[in-house]
Amino acid sequence: MIYFHQVNKHYGDFHVLKDIHLTIEQGEVVVIIGPSGSGKSTLVRCINRLETITSGELIVDGVKVNDKNTDINKLRRNIGMVFQHFNLYPHKTVLQNITLAPMKVLGVPEKEAKETAMYYLEKVGIPDKANAYPTALSGGQQQRVAIARGLAMKPKIMLFDEPTSALDPETIGEVLDVMKTLAREGMTMVVVTHEMGFAREVADRIVFMDQGRILEEAPPEQFFANPSEERARLFLSRILNH
Amino acid sequence: MLNYSILIEHWDMYMQGFANTLKASVLALIGSLAIGTVMAVFRIAPVRPLNWIGAAYVEFIRNIPLILIVFVFFVGLPAIGIRFDSFTAGTLGLTVYTAAFIAEVIRAGILAVPKGQMEAARSSGLTYLQAMWYIILPQAVKIVIPPMGNQFINLVKNSSVLGVIAGLDLMYFGDLISSETFVTFDVYIFVAMFYLLLTIPLSLGVGALERRLARSR
Repeated sequence: MIYFHQVNKHYGDFHVLKDIHLTIEQGEVVVIIGPSGSGKSTLVRCINRLETITSGELIVDGVKVNDKNTDINKLRRNIGMVFQHFNLYPHKTVLQNITLAPMKVLGVPEKEAKETAMYYLEKVGIPDKANAYPTALSGGQQQRVAIARGLAMKPKIMLFDEPTSALDPETIGEVLDVMKTLAREGMTMVVVTHEMGFAREVADRIVFMDQGRILEEAPPEQFFANPSEERARLFLSRILNH
Repeated sequence: MLNYSILIEHWDMYMQGFANTLKASVLALIGSLAIGTVMAVFRIAPVRPLNWIGAAYVEFIRNIPLILIVFVFFVGLPAIGIRFDSFTAGTLGLTVYTAAFIAEVIRAGILAVPKGQMEAARSSGLTYLQAMWYIILPQAVKIVIPPMGNQFINLVKNSSVLGVIAGLDLMYFGDLISSETFVTFDVYIFVAMFYLLLTIPLSLGVGALERRLARSR
């Protein structure tokens, strides 16, 4: 479903991604962890071309992401994305936030788009907020709307870029619960997060990155019990012991 | 004490001038908003040649006196066979000139919208133009209402340039009445009043809009 082969990315002189090889199968939940600045977010943002790669090959859903002939808008329909800062549209209601892309991109009629939106709002547990504006919602509620917005396009892949990092601790759980449900239903998910509990419980695979490289790739039981890389061991000891 | 008989005797002329000033202002406002928005998007769209066009437009037009731009439409283009009446030439000049300033205001507004908005819109599959239209511009407009108000007020006042080319606006009729009656002070005071009749409500309207949007945020 997602295939990185020898991918490199530079920002000017800065080598952000170094020789990335990574394959993610359909239905897999892959959690990417690592210290900040390690390239986790950049890696995820390459998948829907919010960032372009400098060299190598990146194939998503059978399409070469950086090929000149690729219709990126068409590819993006199949890839939902959830951001650290939610990025809901502040001038639109919750319902309008969710129905916009299905109506404008897929051409779904308004009535049907609204029904779909309500279905996903139910799913994330806040159908009563349909007509509220984002600013009236808590962080956790906003992020759940953002997830519903992504799901309403019925994507094949969902990307999560630190979805709980901007939330206050009380609302982190409600967002993670939604993500867990999604994972159980077989959604292909790539998640950048610092929530180790979530990673351990939900991930099929953990990818550990540092300084632009993938240092380790392992199932969570193995990774958390006995990371093979020294750097991963150090990272875990720092974040798990506080 | 003002000589009100001048106002009463020349009421029709004042009214015609007022109507034309209003008409030129409204047309130029709509036109310059449209051109200005397009140029602002040109300047920041991820397409180099468009950036150049946008930048060239703004830098050329805003650094030339308004009256010269009006002359381009009034005497320049007719020299190569494209003719306008003086009202149209003046309104076109005013539109083209004001658009350069509006482009800069809107560009600043677009840049003030957080980057994540464009990213969220694009990653949902919207095209660049759709994202601009549905997501970025509505937010940019809110941000730029105060400086935009200034531009609109300037536009109304700048419409007096029509007077120079016999554009049948307030200024033109003011000159005409003054030369017929040999009265200067009173005639132009009435002209000023008619301008205020347009600009003060505009100013108050922009202020009210600003307060309403401040509350909704």
